[in-house]
Order: sequence, then C-alpha cells, then structure tokens
Amino acid sequence: MSMDRAAIYSRIIELIEPINAKGVALAEGTTFAGDMELDSLTVMDLVANIEDEWDIVMPLNMLPDLETIGQVADAVAKLVK
Amino acid sequence: MTDLLAKFDGLIAEHAGLLTAGVRDPFGIVMEKVLGPTEAIIKGQHTILLGTYNYMGMTFDPDVIAAGEKALREFGAGTTGSRVLNGTYQTHRECEDALKEFYGTSHAMVFSTGYQANLGMVSTLAGKNEFVILDADSHASIYDGCAMGNADIVRFRHNSAEDLEKRLRRLPPEAGKLVVLEGVYSMLGDIAPLKELVAIAKAHDATVLVDEAHGMGFFGEHGRGVYEAAGVADDVDFVVGTFSKSVGTVGGFCVSNHPKFEILRLVCRPYTFTASLPPAVVACAAASIRKLMHAHDKRARLWASTRQLHGGLKARGFRLATETPESAIVSVLMPDQETTVRMWSALINMGVYVNMSRPPATPAGVFLLRCSICAEHTAAQIETVLGRFSDAAAATGLFREAAE
Repeated sequence: MSMDRAAIYSRIIELIEPINAKGVALAEGTTFAGDMELDSLTVMDLVANIEDEWDIVMPLNMLPDLETIGQVADAVAKLVK
Repeated sequence: MTDLLAKFDGLIAEHAGLLTAGVRDPFGIVMEKVLGPTEAIIKGQHTILLGTYNYMGMTFDPDVIAAGEKALREFGAGTTGSRVLNGTYQTHRECEDALKEFYGTSHAMVFSTGYQANLGMVSTLAGKNEFVILDADSHASIYDGCAMGNADIVRFRHNSAEDLEKRLRRLPPEAGKLVVLEGVYSMLGDIAPLKELVAIAKAHDATVLVDEAHGMGFFGEHGRGVYEAAGVADDVDFVVGTFSKSVGTVGGFCVSNHPKFEILRLVCRPYTFTASLPPAVVACAAASIRKLMHAHDKRARLWASTRQLHGGLKARGFRLATETPESAIVSVLMPDQETTVRMWSALINMGVYVNMSRPPATPAGVFLLRCSICAEHTAAQIETVLGRFSDAAAATGLFREAAE
C-alpha cells in the first residue's frame, strides 16, 4: 500500500509539473491555491487528468477538502484501491 | 477587527491598475438613455450596442410594452410574495401557458431569474448519492446549482462526446444521473453536438437537462433551441431558459413533460423562497413569447447580421472563436488582458459597446471581446461596427503585436 501511495504521488507530481507556472518547489504540503496560485479552472482540469490516469471518479465536491498535493495523493490512493 | 474584504485586495489592485492606465472601466458602464434594442447613450455618446444578448430585439416591441403597461395598472407594481403563497397572479399563469405552447410541453415553471432556474433545477433534481455530469464550460449558474445541492459532481471536457461517455462509464450503473448541457455556450458562441451527447446520456440511463438560454427564438423549427434543431427533443427531459435574452425582459423557466413535474414547485428552494416576478414583467414575457412563435423574419435578419459580422471581422484579420458563425454570439480572440482592455476601451470611445470577457469566466485562459447580435441591427450598423473594429485595432496595434 505504501509503495502504491509513493508511485501515485510521483505520478501526480509529473501531472502537475506542466501547470506549475510559478516554478514552485513541489512537496507533500504544497497547496494548489495558495502556493501554486492555480485558479479553480486549472485545478479542475488537473482533476480530469488524474481521473483519466487511474480511471477513477473524483467528484468536484471533494475538492474543497483537497488543498495540498499530499491530500490529493491520499484521495487517489483510496479511490484506486 | 479582521477586514473580511481583505481577501479581495489582489483583485482591487489589479482593477485599479487597469484604470490608471487611462482606459475606461469595462465593468462600470452606465446607460444614460436607451434608444432602442441596438442603441444607447453612454457618457453622453451615441453608442451601438453589440453586447446585450437582446437577440430578437423585443425590449421595445409595442405589443410587449402595452402588455406590461396594462398588467402594471391592473395588478400593481409587484406581488410581494412567493409563487407558492400570494405571488402567483393570473399573469404568471398566462406566462406559463405561453411557455407550454411555445415548447409544446405539458408543464412550465417560471422562476424569478434564469440564474435561479438553473440553481434550482440542478440542486433539486440530483440529490445525495446521485450524480450531476456537467460540461466543463458550463455557466456559473449550473456550477452554483451543483455547489448548492448534495449530489456528486462530475465534469467532462467541453463538448466532448468521448469524454462524456468515458465518465458515465465510470459511474455506478444503478445511481441516479443528471447530465447538464447547454445548446449554445455563451463565451465562445459555439454550439453543443447535442445529437451525440444526448444519445450517450440516454445510453447510460441518465436524465438530460439542456439550458437553451442563448438558443431560444432562432434555433429549430419553432425557435425552441439547439436541441430542437438537433432533433433530440424526445430525449431531453428538462429545458431551462431565460426571459433576459431573446424574450427581452427578466426571469427564468423550466419546461418539461415529466409527469411529476409540478411537485418541484414545493421542493425547489430558489423557486419557493423568493418573491415572484412583478406582473408587468411576466405579462411582457408572455406577449413576447407569443410573438416569438411566428418571428421568422426576425430569425432570418438575425442570422444575416451574424454572418455579416462574423465574415467581416474575419476578412479584416481578426481571430474568432468559431470558424463559422454557429450562434448569434461572435467572440473575438485577444492575445492578453492589457490588449483586450485597450481594444475594448478604444471601441467604447468610438461608440461601440461589446462585452469584455476574461478568465475565469472564459475557458482555458482565453481573453475575448464578445459580440452578440440583435435582429434589429441594420446592415449599416454592422458596417459601422466593422470599420470601428479596424480603427480600434490600428489604434491599439493589435495586429502588429499579433504578428510579432
């Protein structure tokens, strides 16, 4: 399980890199709105890519609880299980 | 005390920065006099209106005005109450009758605004453990309806049948699903491939709601919207629309043949817990809707002017959001915020009002000068507008920048 989480996390980092316009250092605690200054549309597009990567459903109403990259990795790990 | 508005400091600074650059405020227009559906006086200047969604030019129609005046005198200035208490007058019932006739449906429900119609329908139809599946470019009222309800919200890539199919496939087959589509998407002015999208939704047993706010009056045989033109009326469960565009006043509605539709009046909070529209407004709407049933000349004129504007802008070198004129919205693509504001400002100074649109209202970080055409625009007005677009581009160096 922990290996899965690590693999998921590193793939999420790869998916985020292209939209990291500010060049922020990406870590578990990096926030999308605060640190990366992403607008809601960009975050929703990222979610679509994540859904397609793992063939999962991440409803938009989950997003308010997913502020950091680590939280998204946790949520994906739970959904792919 | 914490200043609760401090969270908007960034936006305040950005807006102030724009105005110190000596341009007019795109969000601060005041119409001092309205001369008709296509012209107004703004800052003392005679201005051609090309951003009002007044597609069918019904705002000053003599029959519409007469109906409103009569209702104002006979029923008073307002209802002071909810539709389900003291706020349904004979005028409201007649307005719903006009809608039923226009759409050929057994039910119609009038809301106080189009925003509330989407807010109410989306939040009420799909509940807990059910799903709303919406297009990524959906209007704010649809997103807000999602936020207000308890359903799980799934978003598919704009107008992509393949993406909708993929996302529907991931959902539990037995769960209730509402697919929300729009006939015309108002930012880029593109229309939805409803034939494909509705077929996929139905193949997955989903209920389908189509917002025809920007399609009513001039798509399809009866002017019902893009869904009628696409031939999918039998598979669309709910149609949402507005009175603030082609109908020429204010208000929203939903029409349907669903046998249990009437219960929505009691459970749809944005319908129940607000005052109903003033009788004059619904009387205007009813008169306008009845005239729109037979407005074939206006439809033809609207499409002719739209083709003239779209073709003219293209010939003058402007980049447009759609290759061909798909709706009565013609969106001009701009390179960045500063150029957009300078172009908009140059146009308003020359007496042309268009909408300035920017992210996050627009998809994919696009900056737009959005034009909506009215059936009452004359060919001469459109020619004037085209000339002023070229002059504004020259004054702001739009094409020079684009070429670099």
